[in-house]
Amino acid sequence: MKGERGASAPEARVTLPPEESTLDATALTSLPRGRALLEPHRIALMAVAAGIVFCAAWFMRWDWLPQYAGAIASGVGVTLLMLVSTSLLGFFFAVPIALVQVTGPWWLSLPAQGFCTVIRGTPLLLQLWLLYYGLGSLFPQFPEIRQSFLWPYLREAWPYGVAALTLSFAAYEGEVMRGAFAGVPRGELEAARAYGMSRWKLFWRIWLPRAVHRALPTLNGETVLQLKATPLVATITVIDVYAVISKIRQVTYLTYEPLLLLALIYLILTALLVAAFRYFEKRIPTRSA
Amino acid sequence: MKHAFRTMIAATIIGLAGACGAAAEPLKVGFAAEPYPPFASPDASGNWEGWEVEFMQAMCKQAKLECVITPVAWDGIIPALTSKKIDMIVGSMSITPERLKTIDFSDKYYNTPTGVIGPKSEKFAATPEGLKGKTIGVQVATIHQDYATKYFGGAGATVKEYQTQDEVNADLAAGRLDAVQADAIALDAFLKSDQGKQCCDLKGNVKDDPEILGAGVGVGLRKGDTELKDKINAAIKAIRADGTYDTFSKKYFDFDVYGG
Amino acid sequence: MAADMINWSLLALEPPGWGGVLLAGLMNSIKIALGGYSLGLVLGTGGAFGKLYGGPVLRDLMEVYTTVVRAVPELVLILLLYYAGTDLLNRVSAALGYGSVDISGLAAGIFVIGVVQGAYSTEVLRGAILAVPAGQIEAARAFGMSPLMIMRRVTLPAMLPHALPGLSNLWLICTKDTALLAVVGFSELTLVTRQAAGTTKAYMLFFCAAGVLYLLLTLVSSLIIRVIEARARRGWAAR
Repeated sequence: MKGERGASAPEARVTLPPEESTLDATALTSLPRGRALLEPHRIALMAVAAGIVFCAAWFMRWDWLPQYAGAIASGVGVTLLMLVSTSLLGFFFAVPIALVQVTGPWWLSLPAQGFCTVIRGTPLLLQLWLLYYGLGSLFPQFPEIRQSFLWPYLREAWPYGVAALTLSFAAYEGEVMRGAFAGVPRGELEAARAYGMSRWKLFWRIWLPRAVHRALPTLNGETVLQLKATPLVATITVIDVYAVISKIRQVTYLTYEPLLLLALIYLILTALLVAAFRYFEKRIPTRSA
Repeated sequence: MKHAFRTMIAATIIGLAGACGAAAEPLKVGFAAEPYPPFASPDASGNWEGWEVEFMQAMCKQAKLECVITPVAWDGIIPALTSKKIDMIVGSMSITPERLKTIDFSDKYYNTPTGVIGPKSEKFAATPEGLKGKTIGVQVATIHQDYATKYFGGAGATVKEYQTQDEVNADLAAGRLDAVQADAIALDAFLKSDQGKQCCDLKGNVKDDPEILGAGVGVGLRKGDTELKDKINAAIKAIRADGTYDTFSKKYFDFDVYGG
Repeated sequence: MAADMINWSLLALEPPGWGGVLLAGLMNSIKIALGGYSLGLVLGTGGAFGKLYGGPVLRDLMEVYTTVVRAVPELVLILLLYYAGTDLLNRVSAALGYGSVDISGLAAGIFVIGVVQGAYSTEVLRGAILAVPAGQIEAARAFGMSPLMIMRRVTLPAMLPHALPGLSNLWLICTKDTALLAVVGFSELTLVTRQAAGTTKAYMLFFCAAGVLYLLLTLVSSLIIRVIEARARRGWAAR
């Protein structure tokens, strides 16, 4: 009995990169169902929760809320913009990074592998500061940079935030895509070849769509993780929702209220993301084993 | 495996107990965990040095208090005080009416003007008109942030906020900022550094507004900690009277940092 | 030009080099990571068993815990726990008449990382426990073992090989999460790096050096993990 399990379980792990096994553990990927909320003990728990919320609303200070509502809304906008743009960009980079690791020559696959190792092996906060302050410290030595057409962008903070978040997403999703590319059944590729498809056609028609299809379930978790990484850009002066809340904390000298609101905002954003993914996953035909 | 697991649990408990058990009496003095020369900056052996560190040591010695330096993030230094992570703030924090609503202050221990610096190539004055259309960098949660937002931000300048002063300086040197507003002494230290010498010079001091810029720098204390406040006030008075204050100040400044 | 721009002596171990400070920061990071990870394992074991075998109320509370931690950025949780955790502890001890307790930065850091890791390992361990064949637990019960003994003798050892890949990944996440404590001013590797860089203005050099240290930590951890995994899988069918 033990032998059976033992034989199948490690094999299943070999095809899965370790990220996938912990993705659900570190990122919220499913929501509770509505009907189950009506059990008696849940009603009691919800009453307690409502009491806590009421106490928080009643005894804590929330008078700053109307004044900053606009700033918070625009902060949420920046956070979402960061999330969507870097996830999309990161995914586009992840495909070639994964592909060269599966089929590329060594002089392409080795750097790609190194890139993934370095990005995944160091904290994002450090990468962000290296890009922003590290590169910034080199500008005085190269005055030509200030004359270049890129300077208006290099002066701003958001391009560095976008770059760091994109690289990070590319590295993590690249690892997932690598497994997905390698996991497409050989028979399908051989069948395509037997039909006389060219390499490009095979890639565009069979390999890529099948790999993306296989990687889709992880996208939900990776995107939630990416959302959880966005507040780091506030440390390089990008004004996302985290930065707005930090500012409120400093102006009002309140410790908890703004942070609690911030946690609530992220909870809602995550729930919306998960709901959106659930909606889209339903529209995509069921994936094969 | 089981054994390793048990060891791990034991290690946690011992670790936590050890960390909590280290509870001792010394007062925890909150410093901003960032280089802020010439007042406080870490040296290569991990110790803090600077004028404010010497002031703190002299004051604690005078008041017979045992003090340890506890670095805290600047933007969370007031919550750290109110949530008892630290017992006082010696962080070049100006005494302002706004802060007095939340925390208490000792008497002032230094007072300096507020300056604006910018790249050498640019010529402008430290006035709302001079800074119009420019990007000006300030440290977050400082009197300079409030001042710049009110006077320069209101007159068409973009105010950019940073976590630490050395990041503001770094971004001015990198060319991402047109100007920096900060404490005149801290700016002077930057202008004398290798990086500052190359890039920037002083554009002038700003017009005073006591309501925002406050009445000098004091030791930040929790409200109601009157016993400690009295001790510290007495100590400040004593080290000023017996010349200790002037002795260590001369090592750093060629003028009276206490202010009028 | 690039060669003489880099002043390698800044990394020397003895002052005036900053290497020693960086290594001390790394040690702090490792200490917090070890402490936080272990605390997380303890919380996670409790959480997983609570989620699987607890009553409906306990199960729901655990669900709330893991849901919130998995949906809110670590940075926000760290800020909340860092201030609220100590504040709460102080109030509780004051209410019990012990006066205020003194919590060192290290303990606060371990607590914060531990609470976050606890939620993650709850999920990992729950999955691993579910992978233990029900028959093994039923057999133990049939032998008259107490629930505690079943957990100690059967469930925990049998689920460990299933949990290892997830747990080792959590360890890697944990070492990187310690960097976030820089934002609250704790002197771990990332913060001392920023201080060194800010003081010397050698931003590129120090951030790269810290990156190398983190990478080494990850790579060495991966090696150790591989050895542990091989050991744990020893009893499994050889193929």
